[in-house]
Amino acid sequence: MEQGIVDNLKAQAREVRKYTIDTIANLGVGHIGGSLSVVEILTLLYYREMRVKAEDPLWRERDKLVLSKGHAGPALYSVLALKGFFPMEWLSTLNRGGTKLPSHCDRNLTPGIDMTTGSLGQGLSAACGLAIANKLDGIDNWTYVIIGDGETNEGQNWEAAMLAPHQKLSRIIAFTDYNKLQLDGTTDQILSLGDIEGKWRTFGWHVDRCDGHHFPSMSCAIARAKAQALREDGKPSMIILDTIKGKGAAFAEGKLTNHNMNIDRQTADIAIAALYEEK
Amino acid sequence: MAVPEMRAVYADTLIDLARSDERIMVLEADLMRATGTGAFKDIFPTRLINVGVAEANMIGVASGLSASGKIPFIATFGCFASRRVFDQFFISCNYARLNVKLVGTDPGITAGFNGGTHMPFEDLGLMRIIPNLVVCEPSDPVSLAALVRAQAAYYGSTYMRLHRKPVAPLYEAGTTFELGKGKLLAEGNDVLIVALGAVMVPEALKAAEMLKSHGISAGVIDALTLKPLDEELILSQARKVKVVVTAENHQVNNGLGSAVAELLCEQHPMPLRRVGVQGLFGEVGTPDYLQKRFGLDAETIVNVSRTALGR
Repeated sequence: MEQGIVDNLKAQAREVRKYTIDTIANLGVGHIGGSLSVVEILTLLYYREMRVKAEDPLWRERDKLVLSKGHAGPALYSVLALKGFFPMEWLSTLNRGGTKLPSHCDRNLTPGIDMTTGSLGQGLSAACGLAIANKLDGIDNWTYVIIGDGETNEGQNWEAAMLAPHQKLSRIIAFTDYNKLQLDGTTDQILSLGDIEGKWRTFGWHVDRCDGHHFPSMSCAIARAKAQALREDGKPSMIILDTIKGKGAAFAEGKLTNHNMNIDRQTADIAIAALYEEK
Repeated sequence: MAVPEMRAVYADTLIDLARSDERIMVLEADLMRATGTGAFKDIFPTRLINVGVAEANMIGVASGLSASGKIPFIATFGCFASRRVFDQFFISCNYARLNVKLVGTDPGITAGFNGGTHMPFEDLGLMRIIPNLVVCEPSDPVSLAALVRAQAAYYGSTYMRLHRKPVAPLYEAGTTFELGKGKLLAEGNDVLIVALGAVMVPEALKAAEMLKSHGISAGVIDALTLKPLDEELILSQARKVKVVVTAENHQVNNGLGSAVAELLCEQHPMPLRRVGVQGLFGEVGTPDYLQKRFGLDAETIVNVSRTALGR
Protein backbone atom coordinates (compact mmCIF):
# COMPACT_ATOMS: atom_id res chain seq x y z
CA MET A 1 0.00 0.00 0.00
CA GLU A 2 1.48 3.33 -1.09
CA GLN A 3 2.38 5.77 1.66
CA GLY A 4 0.14 8.44 0.15
CA ILE A 5 -2.87 6.14 0.41
CA VAL A 6 -1.97 5.21 3.98
CA ASP A 7 -1.63 8.87 4.89
CA ASN A 8 -5.02 9.64 3.40
CA LEU A 9 -6.64 6.79 5.28
CA LYS A 10 -5.03 7.94 8.51
CA ALA A 11 -6.36 11.44 7.97
CA GLN A 12 -9.82 10.08 7.23
CA ALA A 13 -9.72 7.83 10.29
CA ARG A 14 -8.76 10.85 12.40
CA GLU A 15 -11.90 12.63 11.19
CA VAL A 16 -14.02 9.56 11.89
CA ARG A 17 -12.52 9.29 15.36
CA LYS A 18 -13.09 12.99 16.01
CA TYR A 19 -16.74 12.85 15.05
CA THR A 20 -17.28 9.60 16.97
CA ILE A 21 -15.98 11.20 20.17
CA ASP A 22 -17.84 14.42 19.44
CA THR A 23 -21.12 12.62 18.69
CA ILE A 24 -21.06 10.68 21.95
CA ALA A 25 -19.90 13.72 23.94
CA ASN A 26 -22.81 15.75 22.61
CA LEU A 27 -25.12 13.33 24.34
CA GLY A 28 -22.79 12.88 27.32
CA VAL A 29 -22.79 9.10 27.38
CA GLY A 30 -22.30 6.22 24.96
CA HIS A 31 -20.47 3.15 23.73
CA ILE A 32 -17.16 4.88 23.19
CA GLY A 33 -14.81 1.91 23.66
CA GLY A 34 -16.17 -0.44 21.04
CA SER A 35 -16.82 2.43 18.64
CA LEU A 36 -13.24 3.64 18.67
CA SER A 37 -11.76 0.17 18.24
CA VAL A 38 -13.47 -0.24 14.84
CA VAL A 39 -12.63 3.20 13.40
CA GLU A 40 -9.80 1.96 11.20
CA ILE A 41 -11.61 -1.05 9.74
CA LEU A 42 -14.69 1.07 8.99
CA THR A 43 -12.52 3.73 7.38
CA LEU A 44 -10.70 1.17 5.24
CA LEU A 45 -13.96 -0.50 4.16
CA TYR A 46 -15.86 2.65 3.23
CA TYR A 47 -12.97 4.69 1.80
CA ARG A 48 -11.17 1.91 -0.04
CA GLU A 49 -12.88 -1.47 -0.24
CA MET A 50 -16.64 -1.19 -0.52
CA ARG A 51 -18.66 -0.41 -3.62
CA VAL A 52 -21.40 1.84 -2.27
CA LYS A 53 -23.22 4.92 -3.50
CA ALA A 54 -24.07 7.56 -0.92
CA GLU A 55 -26.70 8.99 -3.26
CA ASP A 56 -28.29 5.55 -3.72
CA PRO A 57 -27.88 3.71 -0.41
CA LEU A 58 -30.17 0.85 -1.50
CA TRP A 59 -28.32 0.19 -4.78
CA ARG A 60 -28.86 -3.54 -5.26
CA GLU A 61 -25.33 -4.30 -6.40
CA ARG A 62 -23.57 -2.55 -3.54
CA ASP A 63 -21.27 -4.25 -1.10
CA LYS A 64 -22.92 -4.57 2.29
CA LEU A 65 -21.77 -4.31 5.86
CA VAL A 66 -23.48 -5.91 8.81
CA LEU A 67 -22.18 -4.23 11.94
CA SER A 68 -23.22 -7.10 14.16
CA LYS A 69 -21.83 -5.33 17.22
CA GLY A 70 -24.56 -2.78 16.67
CA HIS A 71 -23.57 -0.69 19.67
CA ALA A 72 -20.63 0.66 17.65
CA GLY A 73 -23.19 2.61 15.62
CA PRO A 74 -21.67 6.03 16.45
CA ALA A 75 -18.44 5.15 14.59
CA LEU A 76 -20.33 3.92 11.55
CA TYR A 77 -22.60 6.97 11.60
CA SER A 78 -19.52 9.20 11.51
CA VAL A 79 -18.21 7.35 8.45
CA LEU A 80 -21.56 7.46 6.68
CA ALA A 81 -22.02 11.17 7.39
CA LEU A 82 -18.51 11.97 6.14
CA LYS A 83 -19.23 9.90 3.03
CA GLY A 84 -22.37 11.92 2.39
CA PHE A 85 -25.08 9.35 3.16
CA PHE A 86 -26.82 11.96 5.33
CA PRO A 87 -26.09 15.49 6.61
CA MET A 88 -23.31 15.93 9.17
CA GLU A 89 -25.80 17.76 11.40
CA TRP A 90 -27.55 14.47 12.08
CA LEU A 91 -24.59 13.35 14.21
CA SER A 92 -25.58 15.72 17.01
CA THR A 93 -28.98 13.99 17.25
CA LEU A 94 -27.58 10.63 18.43
CA ASN A 95 -30.08 8.97 20.78
CA ARG A 96 -32.26 12.08 21.05
CA GLY A 97 -35.99 11.37 20.84
CA GLY A 98 -37.04 10.98 17.20
CA THR A 99 -33.45 10.65 15.92
CA LYS A 100 -32.45 8.70 12.84
CA LEU A 101 -29.27 7.65 14.65
CA PRO A 102 -30.11 5.28 17.52
CA SER A 103 -27.31 3.80 19.61
CA HIS A 104 -27.74 0.45 17.83
CA CYS A 105 -27.86 0.25 14.02
CA ASP A 106 -31.31 0.36 12.40
CA ARG A 107 -31.72 -0.30 8.68
CA ASN A 108 -35.06 1.50 8.58
CA LEU A 109 -33.87 4.74 10.13
CA THR A 110 -30.40 5.43 8.79
CA PRO A 111 -29.38 5.65 5.12
CA GLY A 112 -26.43 3.32 4.53
CA ILE A 113 -27.20 0.89 7.34
CA ASP A 114 -27.65 -2.53 5.75
CA MET A 115 -28.97 -4.49 8.72
CA THR A 116 -30.67 -3.82 12.02
CA THR A 117 -28.45 -5.09 14.82
CA GLY A 118 -28.05 -4.65 18.54
CA SER A 119 -29.16 -7.97 19.95
CA LEU A 120 -25.72 -9.56 19.89
CA GLY A 121 -24.99 -12.67 17.88
CA GLN A 122 -27.49 -12.19 15.07
CA GLY A 123 -25.47 -10.35 12.41
CA LEU A 124 -23.48 -13.22 10.99
CA SER A 125 -26.68 -15.15 10.30
CA ALA A 126 -28.13 -12.15 8.47
CA ALA A 127 -24.91 -11.85 6.48
CA CYS A 128 -25.34 -15.47 5.40
CA GLY A 129 -28.80 -14.59 4.12
CA LEU A 130 -27.48 -11.56 2.23
CA ALA A 131 -24.73 -13.66 0.67
CA ILE A 132 -27.10 -16.48 -0.32
CA ALA A 133 -29.42 -13.96 -2.00
CA ASN A 134 -26.48 -12.50 -3.92
CA LYS A 135 -25.45 -15.94 -5.13
CA LEU A 136 -28.99 -16.72 -6.29
CA ASP A 137 -29.26 -13.36 -8.05
CA GLY A 138 -25.85 -13.69 -9.67
CA ILE A 139 -24.50 -10.54 -8.01
CA ASP A 140 -20.79 -10.80 -7.30
CA ASN A 141 -20.52 -8.32 -4.44
CA TRP A 142 -19.04 -8.74 -0.99
CA THR A 143 -20.79 -9.04 2.32
CA TYR A 144 -18.73 -7.69 5.22
CA VAL A 145 -19.51 -8.39 8.86
CA ILE A 146 -17.95 -7.06 12.04
CA ILE A 147 -18.55 -8.99 15.24
CA GLY A 148 -17.25 -8.19 18.68
CA ASP A 149 -15.02 -10.41 20.74
CA GLY A 150 -17.50 -10.46 23.61
CA GLU A 151 -20.24 -11.02 21.07
CA THR A 152 -18.41 -14.15 19.99
CA ASN A 153 -19.77 -15.72 23.21
CA GLU A 154 -23.20 -15.90 21.58
CA GLY A 155 -23.89 -19.40 20.28
CA GLN A 156 -25.77 -18.25 17.19
CA ASN A 157 -22.43 -17.12 15.71
CA TRP A 158 -21.31 -20.71 15.67
CA GLU A 159 -24.49 -21.88 13.96
CA ALA A 160 -23.75 -19.35 11.21
CA ALA A 161 -20.07 -20.33 11.30
CA MET A 162 -21.08 -23.86 10.32
CA LEU A 163 -23.51 -22.75 7.63
CA ALA A 164 -21.33 -20.28 5.69
CA PRO A 165 -18.65 -22.77 4.56
CA HIS A 166 -21.29 -25.45 3.97
CA GLN A 167 -23.11 -23.10 1.60
CA LYS A 168 -19.77 -21.96 0.11
CA LEU A 169 -20.40 -18.33 1.00
CA SER A 170 -16.87 -17.27 0.11
CA ARG A 171 -17.95 -13.70 -0.49
CA ILE A 172 -18.48 -13.15 3.20
CA ILE A 173 -15.55 -11.36 4.78
CA ALA A 174 -15.99 -11.18 8.54
CA PHE A 175 -13.90 -9.39 11.12
CA THR A 176 -13.62 -9.98 14.84
CA ASP A 177 -12.91 -6.76 16.71
CA TYR A 178 -10.59 -8.45 19.19
CA ASN A 179 -10.02 -5.64 21.68
CA LYS A 180 -9.82 -8.15 24.56
CA LEU A 181 -12.37 -6.34 26.73
CA GLN A 182 -16.03 -7.04 27.25
CA LEU A 183 -18.47 -5.33 29.58
CA ASP A 184 -17.64 -7.13 32.81
CA GLY A 185 -13.92 -7.65 32.32
CA THR A 186 -11.28 -8.94 29.97
CA THR A 187 -12.38 -11.59 27.53
CA ASP A 188 -9.95 -13.98 29.19
CA GLN A 189 -11.57 -13.37 32.58
CA ILE A 190 -15.18 -13.61 31.44
CA LEU A 191 -15.22 -16.27 28.73
CA SER A 192 -11.95 -16.80 26.97
CA LEU A 193 -11.99 -17.06 23.20
CA GLY A 194 -9.01 -19.40 23.53
CA ASP A 195 -7.54 -20.28 20.18
CA ILE A 196 -9.90 -18.05 18.27
CA GLU A 197 -8.07 -18.48 14.98
CA GLY A 198 -8.12 -22.23 15.35
CA LYS A 199 -11.82 -22.23 16.16
CA TRP A 200 -12.78 -20.45 12.94
CA ARG A 201 -10.30 -22.49 10.91
CA THR A 202 -11.79 -25.70 12.27
CA PHE A 203 -15.24 -24.46 11.28
CA GLY A 204 -13.96 -24.23 7.70
CA TRP A 205 -13.12 -20.56 7.32
CA HIS A 206 -10.14 -18.83 5.75
CA VAL A 207 -8.58 -17.18 8.81
CA ASP A 208 -6.17 -14.30 8.99
CA ARG A 209 -5.04 -12.03 11.78
CA CYS A 210 -3.57 -8.55 11.89
CA ASP A 211 -3.32 -5.24 13.70
CA GLY A 212 -6.77 -3.68 13.43
CA HIS A 213 -5.39 -0.17 13.53
CA HIS A 214 -2.77 -0.69 10.79
CA PHE A 215 -4.06 0.00 7.30
CA PRO A 216 -1.45 -1.84 5.20
CA SER A 217 -1.84 -5.03 7.27
CA MET A 218 -5.63 -4.97 7.06
CA SER A 219 -5.55 -4.16 3.38
CA CYS A 220 -3.26 -7.13 2.69
CA ALA A 221 -5.45 -9.43 4.79
CA ILE A 222 -8.54 -8.39 2.84
CA ALA A 223 -6.69 -8.85 -0.45
CA ARG A 224 -5.70 -12.39 0.61
CA ALA A 225 -9.28 -13.12 1.66
CA LYS A 226 -10.62 -11.96 -1.69
CA ALA A 227 -8.00 -13.85 -3.69
CA GLN A 228 -8.80 -17.16 -2.02
CA ALA A 229 -12.54 -16.47 -2.21
CA LEU A 230 -12.39 -16.38 -5.99
CA ARG A 231 -10.82 -19.82 -6.19
CA GLU A 232 -12.96 -22.88 -6.83
CA ASP A 233 -12.50 -23.98 -3.21
CA GLY A 234 -12.88 -20.46 -1.78
CA LYS A 235 -14.03 -20.13 1.82
CA PRO A 236 -15.73 -17.43 3.84
CA SER A 237 -13.11 -15.34 5.62
CA MET A 238 -12.63 -14.38 9.23
CA ILE A 239 -9.99 -11.75 9.86
CA ILE A 240 -9.14 -11.36 13.53
CA LEU A 241 -8.32 -7.73 14.20
CA ASP A 242 -6.13 -7.08 17.21
CA THR A 243 -7.47 -3.79 18.44
CA ILE A 244 -7.52 -1.54 21.48
CA LYS A 245 -10.86 -0.70 23.00
CA GLY A 246 -11.22 3.07 23.21
CA LYS A 247 -8.28 3.53 20.82
CA GLY A 248 -7.14 7.11 20.32
CA ALA A 249 -8.91 8.74 23.26
CA ALA A 250 -6.66 8.85 26.31
CA PHE A 251 -9.56 9.07 28.74
CA ALA A 252 -10.93 5.76 27.48
CA GLU A 253 -8.17 3.82 25.78
CA GLY A 254 -7.75 0.33 27.15
CA LYS A 255 -9.88 1.04 30.22
CA LEU A 256 -12.33 -1.59 31.42
CA THR A 257 -14.95 1.08 32.14
CA ASN A 258 -15.02 2.35 28.55
CA HIS A 259 -17.75 0.04 27.24
CA ASN A 260 -20.47 2.61 27.89
CA MET A 261 -19.18 5.67 29.73
CA ASN A 262 -20.00 9.28 30.54
CA ILE A 263 -18.03 11.82 28.53
CA ASP A 264 -18.16 15.53 29.30
CA ARG A 265 -17.46 18.20 26.72
CA GLN A 266 -14.10 19.26 28.15
CA THR A 267 -12.79 15.70 28.22
CA ALA A 268 -13.93 15.20 24.64
CA ASP A 269 -12.34 18.45 23.47
CA ILE A 270 -9.01 17.54 25.02
CA ALA A 271 -9.13 14.12 23.35
CA ILE A 272 -10.06 15.59 19.97
CA ALA A 273 -7.28 18.19 20.19
CA ALA A 274 -4.80 15.43 20.97
CA LEU A 275 -5.74 13.64 17.73
CA TYR A 276 -4.30 16.53 15.77
CA GLU A 277 -1.16 16.86 17.86
CA GLU A 278 0.02 13.45 16.71
CA LYS A 279 1.99 13.20 13.54
CA MET B 1 -62.99 -37.38 -1.31
CA ALA B 2 -59.49 -38.09 0.00
CA VAL B 3 -58.48 -36.05 3.03
CA PRO B 4 -55.26 -34.24 2.15
CA GLU B 5 -52.27 -33.86 4.41
CA MET B 6 -51.99 -30.22 5.38
CA ARG B 7 -48.23 -30.27 4.85
CA ALA B 8 -48.71 -31.42 1.27
CA VAL B 9 -51.05 -28.50 0.71
CA TYR B 10 -48.45 -26.17 2.24
CA ALA B 11 -45.68 -27.50 0.00
CA ASP B 12 -47.82 -27.60 -3.15
CA THR B 13 -48.96 -24.02 -2.58
CA LEU B 14 -45.38 -22.82 -2.16
CA ILE B 15 -44.32 -24.69 -5.31
CA ASP B 16 -47.13 -23.06 -7.22
CA LEU B 17 -46.23 -19.62 -5.89
CA ALA B 18 -42.54 -20.16 -6.59
CA ARG B 19 -43.17 -20.96 -10.26
CA SER B 20 -44.36 -17.44 -10.91
CA ASP B 21 -42.41 -15.56 -8.23
CA GLU B 22 -38.70 -16.17 -8.00
CA ARG B 23 -38.53 -14.35 -4.66
CA ILE B 24 -40.24 -17.26 -2.88
CA MET B 25 -37.78 -19.34 -0.85
CA VAL B 26 -38.07 -22.07 1.77
CA LEU B 27 -35.88 -22.54 4.83
CA GLU B 28 -35.84 -25.62 7.01
CA ALA B 29 -33.94 -26.56 10.16
CA ASP B 30 -33.60 -30.30 9.60
CA LEU B 31 -37.37 -30.82 9.66
CA MET B 32 -37.92 -30.76 5.90
CA ARG B 33 -39.30 -34.29 5.94
CA ALA B 34 -41.71 -33.33 8.71
CA THR B 35 -42.86 -30.13 7.04
CA GLY B 36 -43.14 -31.92 3.72
CA THR B 37 -41.23 -29.38 1.66
CA GLY B 38 -38.97 -31.97 0.04
CA ALA B 39 -41.09 -31.65 -3.09
CA PHE B 40 -40.16 -27.96 -3.22
CA LYS B 41 -36.48 -28.84 -3.01
CA ASP B 42 -36.84 -31.34 -5.85
CA ILE B 43 -38.13 -28.60 -8.14
CA PHE B 44 -36.17 -25.60 -6.80
CA PRO B 45 -33.00 -27.11 -5.31
CA THR B 46 -31.22 -23.78 -4.83
CA ARG B 47 -34.23 -22.07 -3.30
CA LEU B 48 -34.60 -24.38 -0.32
CA ILE B 49 -31.89 -23.91 2.28
CA ASN B 50 -31.64 -26.50 5.01
CA VAL B 51 -29.64 -24.81 7.76
CA GLY B 52 -29.44 -27.87 10.00
CA VAL B 53 -30.63 -28.03 13.58
CA ALA B 54 -30.02 -24.32 14.14
CA GLU B 55 -33.28 -22.42 14.40
CA ALA B 56 -31.78 -19.12 15.56
CA ASN B 57 -29.51 -19.07 12.53
CA MET B 58 -32.45 -19.94 10.28
CA ILE B 59 -34.27 -16.83 11.46
CA GLY B 60 -31.20 -14.68 10.86
CA VAL B 61 -30.57 -16.12 7.41
CA ALA B 62 -34.20 -15.42 6.55
CA SER B 63 -33.76 -11.80 7.65
CA GLY B 64 -30.79 -11.40 5.33
CA LEU B 65 -32.68 -12.99 2.45
CA SER B 66 -35.61 -10.68 3.08
CA ALA B 67 -33.33 -7.64 3.21
CA SER B 68 -32.28 -8.66 -0.30
CA GLY B 69 -35.87 -8.85 -1.52
CA LYS B 70 -36.56 -12.57 -1.11
CA ILE B 71 -39.74 -13.90 0.51
CA PRO B 72 -38.64 -16.73 2.81
CA PHE B 73 -41.17 -19.20 4.23
CA ILE B 74 -39.40 -20.82 7.14
CA ALA B 75 -40.71 -23.65 9.25
CA THR B 76 -39.94 -25.61 12.34
CA PHE B 77 -42.00 -27.13 15.16
CA GLY B 78 -44.08 -24.38 16.77
CA CYS B 79 -42.32 -24.79 20.10
CA PHE B 80 -38.98 -23.89 18.52
CA ALA B 81 -40.46 -21.26 16.20
CA SER B 82 -41.73 -19.36 19.22
CA ARG B 83 -40.05 -20.16 22.53
CA ARG B 84 -36.59 -20.93 21.18
CA VAL B 85 -36.06 -18.04 18.77
CA PHE B 86 -38.32 -15.33 20.10
CA ASP B 87 -35.62 -12.65 20.25
CA GLN B 88 -34.20 -13.51 16.85
CA PHE B 89 -37.65 -13.32 15.25
CA PHE B 90 -38.51 -10.20 17.22
CA ILE B 91 -35.35 -8.23 16.39
CA SER B 92 -33.96 -9.55 13.11
CA CYS B 93 -37.36 -9.88 11.39
CA ASN B 94 -40.03 -7.78 13.10
CA TYR B 95 -38.13 -4.86 14.63
CA ALA B 96 -36.13 -4.75 11.37
CA ARG B 97 -39.50 -4.48 9.50
CA LEU B 98 -38.61 -7.39 7.23
CA ASN B 99 -40.76 -9.83 5.33
CA VAL B 100 -40.28 -13.27 6.86
CA LYS B 101 -43.04 -15.89 6.94
CA LEU B 102 -42.52 -18.07 10.01
CA VAL B 103 -44.47 -21.32 10.20
CA GLY B 104 -44.87 -23.20 13.47
CA THR B 105 -45.90 -26.79 12.82
CA ASP B 106 -47.50 -29.25 15.22
CA PRO B 107 -49.44 -26.67 17.21
CA GLY B 108 -50.70 -27.58 20.68
CA ILE B 109 -51.86 -31.17 21.15
CA THR B 110 -51.03 -32.11 17.56
CA ALA B 111 -47.45 -32.56 18.81
CA GLY B 112 -48.85 -35.86 20.13
CA PHE B 113 -46.19 -38.42 20.97
CA ASN B 114 -43.46 -35.77 20.97
CA GLY B 115 -45.06 -34.63 24.20
CA GLY B 116 -44.60 -31.71 26.54
CA THR B 117 -41.19 -30.59 25.28
CA HIS B 118 -42.60 -30.18 21.79
CA MET B 119 -46.14 -29.03 22.60
CA PRO B 120 -46.59 -25.31 22.00
CA PHE B 121 -49.49 -23.96 24.04
CA GLU B 122 -47.79 -20.54 24.22
CA ASP B 123 -46.75 -19.66 20.68
CA LEU B 124 -49.81 -17.58 19.83
CA GLY B 125 -49.47 -15.61 23.05
CA LEU B 126 -45.82 -14.84 22.36
CA MET B 127 -46.47 -13.89 18.76
CA ARG B 128 -49.56 -11.84 19.44
CA ILE B 129 -47.58 -9.30 21.46
CA ILE B 130 -45.15 -8.48 18.62
CA PRO B 131 -46.16 -5.16 17.00
CA ASN B 132 -47.53 -5.43 13.45
CA LEU B 133 -47.03 -9.19 13.21
CA VAL B 134 -49.86 -11.03 11.45
CA VAL B 135 -50.75 -14.26 13.27
CA CYS B 136 -53.01 -16.86 11.69
CA GLU B 137 -54.08 -20.49 11.99
CA PRO B 138 -55.92 -22.05 9.05
CA SER B 139 -58.57 -24.62 9.86
CA ASP B 140 -58.55 -26.77 6.73
CA PRO B 141 -56.66 -27.35 3.46
CA VAL B 142 -58.64 -24.72 1.55
CA SER B 143 -58.03 -21.95 4.06
CA LEU B 144 -54.40 -23.05 4.41
CA ALA B 145 -53.65 -22.66 0.71
CA ALA B 146 -55.44 -19.33 0.59
CA LEU B 147 -53.69 -17.94 3.67
CA VAL B 148 -50.26 -19.01 2.40
CA ARG B 149 -50.97 -17.08 -0.79
CA ALA B 150 -52.24 -14.12 1.19
CA GLN B 151 -49.06 -14.08 3.27
CA ALA B 152 -46.88 -14.20 0.17
CA ALA B 153 -48.75 -11.24 -1.28
CA TYR B 154 -48.48 -9.21 1.93
CA TYR B 155 -45.28 -7.31 2.82
CA GLY B 156 -44.49 -7.89 6.47
CA SER B 157 -43.60 -10.72 8.78
CA THR B 158 -46.20 -13.31 9.64
CA TYR B 159 -46.59 -16.33 11.91
CA MET B 160 -48.78 -19.23 10.87
CA ARG B 161 -49.61 -22.35 12.81
CA LEU B 162 -49.62 -25.46 10.64
CA HIS B 163 -51.27 -28.73 11.66
CA ARG B 164 -49.42 -30.89 9.15
CA LYS B 165 -51.56 -34.05 9.35
CA PRO B 166 -54.65 -34.86 7.20
CA VAL B 167 -57.54 -32.49 7.83
CA ALA B 168 -60.94 -32.72 6.14
CA PRO B 169 -61.93 -29.69 4.05
CA LEU B 170 -64.42 -27.36 5.73
CA TYR B 171 -64.63 -24.92 2.87
CA GLU B 172 -65.61 -25.26 -0.77
CA ALA B 173 -62.74 -25.00 -3.21
CA GLY B 174 -62.55 -21.44 -4.45
CA THR B 175 -63.71 -19.84 -1.20
CA THR B 176 -61.83 -16.58 -0.74
CA PHE B 177 -59.93 -15.66 2.41
CA GLU B 178 -58.16 -12.54 3.60
CA LEU B 179 -55.65 -11.99 6.37
CA GLY B 180 -57.52 -10.34 9.23
CA LYS B 181 -60.90 -11.79 8.26
CA GLY B 182 -62.77 -14.62 9.97
CA LYS B 183 -65.59 -16.73 8.55
CA LEU B 184 -69.09 -17.04 9.95
CA LEU B 185 -69.91 -20.76 9.77
CA ALA B 186 -73.24 -20.69 11.63
CA GLU B 187 -75.53 -18.04 13.06
CA GLY B 188 -77.01 -18.41 16.51
CA ASN B 189 -79.15 -16.60 19.10
CA ASP B 190 -77.97 -18.04 22.41
CA VAL B 191 -74.22 -18.63 22.28
CA LEU B 192 -71.45 -17.62 19.88
CA ILE B 193 -68.48 -19.98 19.63
CA VAL B 194 -65.34 -18.28 18.31
CA ALA B 195 -62.85 -21.00 17.39
CA LEU B 196 -59.36 -21.12 15.94
CA GLY B 197 -57.43 -23.79 14.10
CA ALA B 198 -57.80 -27.21 12.56
CA VAL B 199 -58.46 -28.92 15.89
CA MET B 200 -61.00 -26.59 17.47
CA VAL B 201 -63.06 -25.29 14.54
CA PRO B 202 -64.41 -28.78 13.70
CA GLU B 203 -65.07 -29.30 17.43
CA ALA B 204 -66.98 -26.02 17.56
CA LEU B 205 -69.18 -27.10 14.64
CA LYS B 206 -69.82 -30.44 16.36
CA ALA B 207 -70.67 -28.61 19.58
CA ALA B 208 -73.15 -26.37 17.78
CA GLU B 209 -74.98 -29.47 16.51
CA MET B 210 -74.99 -31.02 19.99
CA LEU B 211 -76.31 -27.80 21.52
CA LYS B 212 -79.25 -27.89 19.10
CA SER B 213 -80.49 -31.06 20.78
CA HIS B 214 -80.58 -29.09 24.02
CA GLY B 215 -82.62 -26.37 22.34
CA ILE B 216 -79.67 -23.99 22.28
CA SER B 217 -78.93 -21.97 19.16
CA ALA B 218 -75.18 -21.60 18.63
CA GLY B 219 -73.30 -19.43 16.17
CA VAL B 220 -69.80 -20.39 15.06
CA ILE B 221 -66.98 -18.17 13.83
CA ASP B 222 -63.73 -19.54 12.42
CA ALA B 223 -61.35 -16.77 13.50
CA LEU B 224 -58.56 -17.83 11.07
CA THR B 225 -56.46 -14.75 11.84
CA LEU B 226 -55.73 -14.13 15.51
CA LYS B 227 -54.00 -10.84 14.80
CA PRO B 228 -55.40 -8.58 13.56
CA LEU B 229 -58.61 -10.07 14.95
CA ASP B 230 -61.76 -9.69 12.86
CA GLU B 231 -63.38 -7.47 15.47
CA GLU B 232 -66.23 -6.38 13.26
CA LEU B 233 -67.41 -9.92 12.58
CA ILE B 234 -67.07 -11.03 16.19
CA LEU B 235 -68.87 -7.96 17.59
CA SER B 236 -71.67 -8.21 15.04
CA GLN B 237 -72.41 -11.80 16.07
CA ALA B 238 -71.74 -11.30 19.78
CA ARG B 239 -74.52 -8.67 19.87
CA LYS B 240 -77.05 -11.41 18.95
CA VAL B 241 -76.25 -13.84 21.78
CA LYS B 242 -76.13 -14.06 25.56
CA VAL B 243 -72.71 -15.73 25.92
CA VAL B 244 -69.52 -15.91 23.88
CA VAL B 245 -67.31 -19.02 24.17
CA THR B 246 -63.80 -19.11 22.70
CA ALA B 247 -62.13 -22.40 21.70
CA GLU B 248 -58.41 -22.78 21.00
CA ASN B 249 -55.68 -25.43 20.98
CA HIS B 250 -53.53 -23.17 23.19
CA GLN B 251 -53.44 -21.67 26.67
CA VAL B 252 -56.55 -19.60 27.30
CA ASN B 253 -54.17 -16.88 28.47
CA ASN B 254 -52.76 -14.54 25.82
CA GLY B 255 -54.25 -16.38 22.86
CA LEU B 256 -57.70 -16.26 21.26
CA GLY B 257 -59.55 -16.23 24.59
CA SER B 258 -57.62 -13.21 25.78
CA ALA B 259 -57.98 -11.41 22.45
CA VAL B 260 -61.76 -11.85 22.43
CA ALA B 261 -61.96 -10.91 26.13
CA GLU B 262 -60.09 -7.68 25.43
CA LEU B 263 -62.40 -6.89 22.54
CA LEU B 264 -65.62 -7.58 24.43
CA CYS B 265 -64.55 -5.83 27.65
CA GLU B 266 -63.70 -2.68 25.77
CA GLN B 267 -66.49 -2.61 23.22
CA HIS B 268 -69.37 -4.82 24.26
CA PRO B 269 -69.12 -6.16 27.81
CA MET B 270 -70.96 -9.48 28.12
CA PRO B 271 -70.45 -12.98 29.57
CA LEU B 272 -67.46 -14.84 28.10
CA ARG B 273 -66.08 -18.33 28.72
CA ARG B 274 -62.76 -19.62 27.40
CA VAL B 275 -62.19 -23.22 26.31
CA GLY B 276 -58.52 -24.08 25.93
CA VAL B 277 -55.56 -25.19 28.01
CA GLN B 278 -55.98 -23.96 31.56
CA GLY B 279 -52.43 -23.21 32.63
CA LEU B 280 -50.99 -26.69 32.12
CA PHE B 281 -47.84 -28.03 30.48
CA GLY B 282 -48.16 -30.41 27.55
CA GLU B 283 -47.69 -34.18 27.76
CA VAL B 284 -47.59 -37.25 25.53
CA GLY B 285 -50.65 -39.06 24.29
CA THR B 286 -52.93 -39.93 21.41
CA PRO B 287 -55.02 -37.12 19.91
CA ASP B 288 -58.15 -38.46 21.64
CA TYR B 289 -56.43 -38.69 24.99
CA LEU B 290 -54.95 -35.20 24.70
CA GLN B 291 -58.23 -33.65 23.60
CA LYS B 292 -59.95 -35.07 26.68
CA ARG B 293 -57.00 -34.38 28.97
CA PHE B 294 -56.98 -30.68 28.12
CA GLY B 295 -60.69 -30.22 27.46
CA LEU B 296 -60.22 -29.40 23.78
CA ASP B 297 -63.37 -31.06 22.47
CA ALA B 298 -67.00 -30.51 21.58
CA GLU B 299 -68.21 -31.92 24.90
CA THR B 300 -66.30 -29.29 26.84
CA ILE B 301 -67.62 -26.52 24.61
CA VAL B 302 -71.17 -27.83 25.13
CA ASN B 303 -70.80 -28.10 28.90
CA VAL B 304 -69.24 -24.66 29.25
CA SER B 305 -71.94 -23.13 27.06
CA ARG B 306 -74.81 -24.78 28.93
CA THR B 307 -73.41 -23.84 32.33
CA ALA B 308 -72.94 -20.24 31.27
CA LEU B 309 -76.47 -20.10 29.88
CA GLY B 310 -77.93 -21.91 32.88
CA ARG B 311 -79.53 -24.48 30.56
